[in-house]
Amino acid sequence: MTEREKIFARIREALTVQAPLPGHHGETGHRPASNGAPSAHAREWLPPTGDSFEDQLARFRANAADLKATFYLANNRDELAKLLLELRDVEGWKKVASHGGELTDAACKTLALPVCRTDQPFDASELEACDAGITECDALVAQTGSVLVTNRSAGGRALSVLPPHHVVIARRDQLLRDLPAAFELLKKKYAANYPSMISFITGPSRTGDIERILVLGAHGPKKLTIFCV
Amino acid sequence: MSSPSQQFTEQAEVLTHDLRHRDIVQTALRKYEVVRDKSRGAFQDYRSARQAAAETKWEAVNHLDKYLEQLTKNLEARGTKVHWATTGEQAREIILGIIREKKARSIVKSKAMTSEEIHLNHALEHEGFEVVESDLGEFIVQLRKEAPYHIVFPAMHLTRGDIKELFNRELKSTSSDNPEELTMVARRVLRQKYIHADIGFTGANFAIAETGMVSITENEGNARLTAALPKTMITLLGIEKVLPRLEDLALFLPLLATSGTGQALTCYNTMYGGPRQPGETDGPEEWHVVLLDNRRTELLADPEQRDALHCIRCGACLNVCPIFRNVGGHTYGTTYSGPIGSVITPHLRGLQDWKHLSFSSSLCGACSETCPVKIDLAHHLLQNRRNASEQKPSFWWQTGFRMFSFIFNRPALYKLIGPLGRIGQKLHPLVKGTKLDPAYSWTKTREAPKIAPQTFKEYWRNRS
Repeated sequence: MTEREKIFARIREALTVQAPLPGHHGETGHRPASNGAPSAHAREWLPPTGDSFEDQLARFRANAADLKATFYLANNRDELAKLLLELRDVEGWKKVASHGGELTDAACKTLALPVCRTDQPFDASELEACDAGITECDALVAQTGSVLVTNRSAGGRALSVLPPHHVVIARRDQLLRDLPAAFELLKKKYAANYPSMISFITGPSRTGDIERILVLGAHGPKKLTIFCV
Repeated sequence: MSSPSQQFTEQAEVLTHDLRHRDIVQTALRKYEVVRDKSRGAFQDYRSARQAAAETKWEAVNHLDKYLEQLTKNLEARGTKVHWATTGEQAREIILGIIREKKARSIVKSKAMTSEEIHLNHALEHEGFEVVESDLGEFIVQLRKEAPYHIVFPAMHLTRGDIKELFNRELKSTSSDNPEELTMVARRVLRQKYIHADIGFTGANFAIAETGMVSITENEGNARLTAALPKTMITLLGIEKVLPRLEDLALFLPLLATSGTGQALTCYNTMYGGPRQPGETDGPEEWHVVLLDNRRTELLADPEQRDALHCIRCGACLNVCPIFRNVGGHTYGTTYSGPIGSVITPHLRGLQDWKHLSFSSSLCGACSETCPVKIDLAHHLLQNRRNASEQKPSFWWQTGFRMFSFIFNRPALYKLIGPLGRIGQKLHPLVKGTKLDPAYSWTKTREAPKIAPQTFKEYWRNRS
């Protein structure tokens, strides 16, 4: 008998006795509907987001500000290019890292800097030395101010976390209202073949491990800039 | 070597009187309470979310065989190697085996309580491997050669001054005690480790049966880097971590963040579905997932306390527990401290040796009330007490209760108690505060209540 079989045998033996349903600690009257998964109604319980695009955009903007991420809404591609160039000059970028994509290719062309491409074999030390990692994403989540990336949509696993500044370029129609919508999208888009990494990025890297005082850039990027066009 | 119970009592005695410790912990937890309440308040209906989470975990744990099979099948389909360990020793051997086979030297770790549970660092260092904890709090306690103080905030018991001194001593840093500067010291040291480590080691917060994924929640980005750069990745998780569906995370990720750190969502919530796939340019070439039992199946076999396996290790019950807040995390002497630790440690490490933790409770119920997956912790503490005394009745308790029932069944004897008590209390000042005092354990810190001048019987008889 392998360890796996032994563990399964113990589990099956243990489960022959029924456990009581999860307790209510004396509270009643707020059971979720019993049809389907208990989490199927999550949208009704999670923080509200508003129904219109404007509401959700305002929610995303407010969350990004709370998280100390920078958010720009560009009206068109030209405005985006202008904003990118401003950022390049203010930050004094010498070299950036990116991956192939409609928005990222245009951004790299605009920036006119040396680019470390992570969608072909690359050296981690070279990526680490870049001033910014520029990626696309799968979605923006209004409810939490998160950027949803996968290693397929955002140039691998390291690009969005190793350089000190993560710059995301998203399209307006990528703004989703909430987490349930994000998981719906993942299933619709990838169910046949999921990327090996899916990540909700909610603000720049942070820690509170010293006296619960917030410090940005613990290990990942110190800055997160999100452009929506 | 004194018993775990004696050690607990001695340490608790020291720490409850340590005002500096109290101040540090209370300050940290007050900050937590403010943000936690704000995040909970942002939910449209927190109570229903919590109930749904409890029901989802119930479904997963009570069909654990089905969901583990599904998880394994889906993980293996993407090229992930799945290993099974009944004991901590087996898990250590599996992990050491992988590391030896890869001829690896250095291992970078992101936070994993399961690795504390099996004392992995000790085993790895004993074999001569270089192990670096990458979570800032874990990195700090590793430098101090200590166990984590708290399952979510490992270095909660330290001030910035303590950490500055530690970094100056161990890392030859010349940083000030500014938390930002201190964090940057750790960042610089660890960045090179990710790039050059042979093995990346992680824990897990959830495993998704439906899609064969492991979900890791963190703030710093250290787990993201650990799972991106080294060539081999090893993940150690308890078998109870499984959730049925991918979309269950829409509920569990915000609940974990809210209860764990008071955030609406932690900075990185990442789902890993396999090693590097064809066409991908980075990520580990091999991914090993080690599923750990380590007596979780014994807890599963107790239907009364099976819901303790619902635990998502958010630490909310530690944060509200008056015992934890007074005696501190290290006093428990266990991997998991606070109410959840007091409930599960007797199952994981033996009831008689660890029953004292279930007696060290005010039974205020704050733990049950705060738990985001509705584990009935306060009642489980009572059940542990009951089980412990049924299994091994205490002579003194039994004698005490026998005397009690003997006297209370005999009115003539009972009548003597009042007058005897009054005489006793008059004599009490002679021995009070000394070891001869029969009520010493009470009176050393409190005044004994004054016995009434007459009993109710006497009053009734004498009423005019």
